[in-house]
Amino acid sequence: MGQRTLLYDLHLALGAKTVDFGGWDMPLHYGSQVEEHHQVRSDCGVFDVSHMTVIDVEGSDATAWLQRLLANDVARLDDIGKALYSPLLQEQGTVIDDLIVYRTETGYRLVTNAATRARVLDWLAAQRAGFAVDFRVRPDLAILAIQGPHAREKVAALLSPARAALIRELRPFEGIAEGDWFIARTGYTGEDGLEIILPGEQAVAFFNDLVGAGIAPSGLGARDTLRLEAGMNLYGQDIDETHTPLTSNLGWSIAWEPAERNFIGRTGLLAEIENGVQEKLVGLVLEERGVLRAHQVVRVAGIGEGEITSGSFSPTLSKSIALARVPMATGDRAEVEIRGKWYPVRVVKPTFVRHGKILI
Amino acid sequence: MSNIPADLRFAESHEWARLEADGSVTVGISDHAQQALGDVVFVELAEVGKVFAAGDAAGVVESVKAASDIYAPVAGEVIAVNEELADSPELLNEEPYESWIFKLKPSNPAELDKLLDAAGYAAAIGE
Repeated sequence: MGQRTLLYDLHLALGAKTVDFGGWDMPLHYGSQVEEHHQVRSDCGVFDVSHMTVIDVEGSDATAWLQRLLANDVARLDDIGKALYSPLLQEQGTVIDDLIVYRTETGYRLVTNAATRARVLDWLAAQRAGFAVDFRVRPDLAILAIQGPHAREKVAALLSPARAALIRELRPFEGIAEGDWFIARTGYTGEDGLEIILPGEQAVAFFNDLVGAGIAPSGLGARDTLRLEAGMNLYGQDIDETHTPLTSNLGWSIAWEPAERNFIGRTGLLAEIENGVQEKLVGLVLEERGVLRAHQVVRVAGIGEGEITSGSFSPTLSKSIALARVPMATGDRAEVEIRGKWYPVRVVKPTFVRHGKILI
Repeated sequence: MSNIPADLRFAESHEWARLEADGSVTVGISDHAQQALGDVVFVELAEVGKVFAAGDAAGVVESVKAASDIYAPVAGEVIAVNEELADSPELLNEEPYESWIFKLKPSNPAELDKLLDAAGYAAAIGE
């Protein structure tokens, strides 16, 4: 038996088929993951993502510490409520985890992955020496992601006037505390939506309210195809401790300026650039019938080989798509081996769908 | 719980088989199998004329989650494949016992008796 969120019994009551994810028993789907996917793209759905780790950071050196720890720069968070995405790197520049950091009234709030929890907490503890900083894991909190074009209006209709007003005012990538709730306009689906972090003991009632309001309970299966269509990396598949942001389509998340900010991994990344970045993470589209899967081999004529890191069927495109790490010189065509046969694929920028629109 | 028609035979690998009046054997996947697979998005069909031994991989069903081989429940030659599944693979989810995958001309019809009956299959899947 894996770890369970506070909503586990409710998921079962709602008909969830569960799956192990990073040591957690989580809903895979509640009947049809393709249906749930379409619901989120066209209307909205709710995901229990309480398996992720919430870490609150406080102390007079909190900013300096996170500027040292993160490839992106928390100094860019020029106001309470602003959020940014950042990789957390080793010295050589490879990725320990990816996270969202919110600036709060008392410091910062990090949301990190479930499967990396122990590794991240060990890393944070090891890097704390010399900084006046404290961090606290918050297992007392639940996280619900309500995602889709109608997510904000449907959630606002269920909440107090103060919370509804906040939801209407929030801009993308902002998160603000309201009472004992933390409401953020962030997500992992490529759609508008919210991530609400709330006391665990309120989570079952709120999840029930959402489902009662016609918001489809949605599992990690749909979450995976939604994030893949949105071109968002999944830690452990597309990024890991053997690859850097430069070979993971995450160069944009490295804040190089100011040049004197000596974040962990900077030296390693500069060395990689100096030697020439050898690979890149791209999108693949299979025009024929079939399904691209992680670890299938990608062949680029005259250039070399690569590997699919995430692949699935795209419900929005009705064809298979993938993320793949391929040689830097790869152009717009490649081939993928599926069960001993080679299939031609199109190489594209790895954002397939955003805000309900097909981009490829 | 899943639907297990009493008039079918089942392989432990979750195919169903039905002996037709003309002596051919129709093959599909069980309701339990389609539930376990989740949304089916692609079916790779065998070629008509191929000859399989019992237990040979005779096609692939891909769900959003994973690819799964389909095995010939008895030995025989493929005499028909359900082309409808190429455009509508979700039929395997919607009507698992209407949506056959292929038909075999069995080399030894007595092999059907080695397959599980409905009660045996129910026990095999813990229902």
